[in-house]
Amino acid sequence: MNWNDTIYLLPEIVLTIGASVLLLVPVMGSRGTKLSAKWMMMAILGLTAITLIACSHAVETIDQSRQLQAMFALDAFSIFFKMLFIAAIAMLVMLSDDFLAESRYSPWEYYSLLGFALCGMMFMASGVHLITIYIGLELLSLSSYILAGFYKSELKSTEAAMKYFILGAVSSAILLYGISLIYGVCGSLNLLDIAAAMSTIVSNDALMFGIMLLGAGLCFKIAAVPFHVWTPDVYEGAPTPIAAFLSTGSKAAAFAIFARIFYVGLHDFHLEWNYVLATISALSMILGNFAALTQDNVKRMLGYSSIAHAGYVLLGIISLNTLGLRGILVYSIVYIFANLGIWATVLMLRRHQYAGERVDDFEGLSRRAPLWAFAMIIFLLSLGGIPPTAGFIGKYFLFAAAVQAGFGWLAIIAVLMSAVSMFYYLRLVVAMYLREGVEAEFAITTPLRIVAGLCLAVTLALGILPAPMIDQVIASSSNVAARAALTPHAGR
Amino acid sequence: MGILNLVTYIPLIGAIVILFFIRKENGAAIRYTATFFAVVDFIVSLYLWFNFDPHGTGAHLFQFRETYSWIPSLGVQYDFGIDGISLLLILLTTFMGIIAVVSSYSAIDHRQKEYYILLLLLQTGMIGTFCALDFFLFYVFWEIMLVPMYFIIGIWGGPRKLYAAIKFFIYTLSGSVVMLLSILALYFFNDGGIPFLNIKGLGNPATFSVLQYHNIGHLIPPQLQFWIFIGFFLGFAIKVPMFPFHTWLPDAHVEAPTAGSIILAAVLLKMGTYGFVRFALPILPDATKQLIVPIVVLSIIGIIYGALVSLVQKDMKKLVAYSSVSHLGFVMLGMFALNPMGLKGSVLQMINHGISTGALFLLVGIIYERRHTRMIADYGGLAKQMPMYATLFLIAALSSMGLPALNGFIGEFTILLGAANRSIVWASFASAGIVLGAAYLLWLYQRVFWGPLDNPANKNVPDVNRRELGLLLALVVLMVWIGIKPAVFFDIIEEPVNYIVRKVDPTYFDKQPLTYPPAAPVVVSAVETTR
Repeated sequence: MNWNDTIYLLPEIVLTIGASVLLLVPVMGSRGTKLSAKWMMMAILGLTAITLIACSHAVETIDQSRQLQAMFALDAFSIFFKMLFIAAIAMLVMLSDDFLAESRYSPWEYYSLLGFALCGMMFMASGVHLITIYIGLELLSLSSYILAGFYKSELKSTEAAMKYFILGAVSSAILLYGISLIYGVCGSLNLLDIAAAMSTIVSNDALMFGIMLLGAGLCFKIAAVPFHVWTPDVYEGAPTPIAAFLSTGSKAAAFAIFARIFYVGLHDFHLEWNYVLATISALSMILGNFAALTQDNVKRMLGYSSIAHAGYVLLGIISLNTLGLRGILVYSIVYIFANLGIWATVLMLRRHQYAGERVDDFEGLSRRAPLWAFAMIIFLLSLGGIPPTAGFIGKYFLFAAAVQAGFGWLAIIAVLMSAVSMFYYLRLVVAMYLREGVEAEFAITTPLRIVAGLCLAVTLALGILPAPMIDQVIASSSNVAARAALTPHAGR
Repeated sequence: MGILNLVTYIPLIGAIVILFFIRKENGAAIRYTATFFAVVDFIVSLYLWFNFDPHGTGAHLFQFRETYSWIPSLGVQYDFGIDGISLLLILLTTFMGIIAVVSSYSAIDHRQKEYYILLLLLQTGMIGTFCALDFFLFYVFWEIMLVPMYFIIGIWGGPRKLYAAIKFFIYTLSGSVVMLLSILALYFFNDGGIPFLNIKGLGNPATFSVLQYHNIGHLIPPQLQFWIFIGFFLGFAIKVPMFPFHTWLPDAHVEAPTAGSIILAAVLLKMGTYGFVRFALPILPDATKQLIVPIVVLSIIGIIYGALVSLVQKDMKKLVAYSSVSHLGFVMLGMFALNPMGLKGSVLQMINHGISTGALFLLVGIIYERRHTRMIADYGGLAKQMPMYATLFLIAALSSMGLPALNGFIGEFTILLGAANRSIVWASFASAGIVLGAAYLLWLYQRVFWGPLDNPANKNVPDVNRRELGLLLALVVLMVWIGIKPAVFFDIIEEPVNYIVRKVDPTYFDKQPLTYPPAAPVVVSAVETTR
């Protein structure tokens, strides 16, 4: 490795140093200083973003060395996801602020772990080698386990972390086993080499088994049925901002590696895996949506809804066409913004001066805070895929991809399930607007306002004028699309 | 910004003005602002009426075109344009918009600000749907309408409002998402095809332009047309609503506030029938012809079933709601006669139903406001107490049941002519529906207005006030106008209807269609002269 190659990794290096500093500040005895963990974290994120932009410009002008390329790529696809992750984490920091202030736990460790998780996500986005991807994933997962159990003296939080850890560890093992089988057959872990090796293989049981195990491990990370059981429990038990993190940033990172592995590495075996994934996708949409119908706890409801959304995103993988790939990117954006907006609103809830998380706790929001109740409607409509919100554009891409790929039956399930999903999204609307009499209390703080406001603006703007986002997505996905040898269909 | 955009977005501007500039305590200001914008919108839409060229054909069939780039990478354009059919429906919408706003003055006494904002938003959604000539844009407007209507039913509705609102929303949404898949199938057929299913595409540049699909529709293989049609059918038939997809309608109507019912009956249901004439028929001619019989059978079942169910209703509003199922059956029947006569009757009947049923819902709402009951059994002898109300109700009922010289007759008669041209059996079933229609409306009238005034609660009910009288008279004027001068309206829809007939059956006008007896009734000759 050449020292010049560090430029590819510079954003991650900056972030790692920053996160380590965060960890060290309280140890250095400056607990009493006026330094705010939140603003330091924001500064680190800002620095990372700036470095990322600078590096991406620099990389364009220098020759990309094959050595680093075999493990790690700073391409348009990864830059897109990294920017998205940084934005998501920045919003999460805003969300976490008051939540942490109300608890007795140290924000320094919390933000530091969030930083390491982000670092893992950025490695995942850039990974073009299964080991890089695996390491990134583990860094993210280990940080997430700790974060889920961050309220260490609370039973629910500890239980959630334990469940998440045990199931996550098993799934990582499965993933690793799948990777080793693929290595055994293909002789390489670089996705391009795997693709090259696969193009010469007709059929191979060990390889098929490897792909299935790899897929199962990834399905655990995106919480697709039947690997979903941890989701509602963990979302319910984890501190609310961490549930928000698991359902947005962490999930989008899993979407990114899912897309890259299957589009770049495994596209030759498309016909072997697409029906399996199609079944998983259908089950996720059906089970996720129907299970969400009966939930009274908003966090559990969002947990089941995120299972359903994993099912929708899988449509983009199964279809293996340009629309599907673009759909995954578009959906990642719209899903993150709509979901974070909802989590911001959930954080406003109070029940007897304590954090509320039941559907009933939304009662009266339309009178107490009409703007945020309206914002909540927009977020819910976006998740339900109703125009003119961004969610419709995301769903449009995924459904269109499925239709174009000939998965009509799956598309029918998908659209009907998205209609079903409106049932439980509207339950929140009913609570906010249609029930009368209750005057509930809410704690609406400035950071929550900023995040919800930003998410509202993005969700509406991308829904009404989606053209710039789509152009960006087309540019960002072009290199992966080219690697997967997708034929862009006529006219585009 | 062109005239169509203006008509579409004036209500939205009104909603924004109310949202930001009027305090919610100031009910009167909210009401008058909403009325102001509704009236302005109607006046602006009259510009369309006076400047529309009814003889435009070919590229000039769709007028007031406005095209902007929206999402170029997907082939989505912001494309507005109207033909005669859309023109009439837009005028109906802007007109009923005023009725809906003004009729809510006394009916809505809480959360007025939200109410009028939603009503105006709904207006924008509806007009946009009739203007859109791009499938993507159409779909966006189509779905936007759901949300305000959901709230109008859910907040200001009756006792079972939550159930009715969610049923309305989910039912309609399920239909429209399936329709979205059909749109996508069309899109890929025009573009690259669906290789996996061995569907070869045309390789045209990707587009959602409806007019492009009008041109390539006949190239779609019949098998694919069939499935695309099924998707459209679900979307539109639920909205119409056709039997057996009508079950959401009685709930929605009964629970909705009066203005909600008026808009629902007058305009929202027309979205479904409009969808058929604008998209399903011209784009999918083979599937249309293939599915004539099942659809006509469903329409006839709807006509008879709706009428029979109306006959046994104890609740006036429910009676009017079920009568809609029957009337919309007529509209569908005329449409699927697939000849100019039937289609013209069908389009005119859309307008007629909007006016007559809108008037009936308004009338039911007026009495409900006074007595807080809609049960027929609670009334009787009202004609003595409320003579003006009784007269207006009679006119509306007669218009709805199709008395000559009023609008309903023209529509139903033309539909019957068109249907008879295809099959005398269809026409005879439909005639039975007309008889039943007269039965349930006259029986309703008899029970509510005649007989002794024996319920003491009805003794001091005041007659219609000036505001209500004004609204009702405006509706009556329209009923009479269409009833005695239908040629004006037939003239406007002549070209669009011929266009659709030609799309469905390109050789129709070469085949020398059956000529009607020259000594036809007066109104029909008026129709014929415009040909």
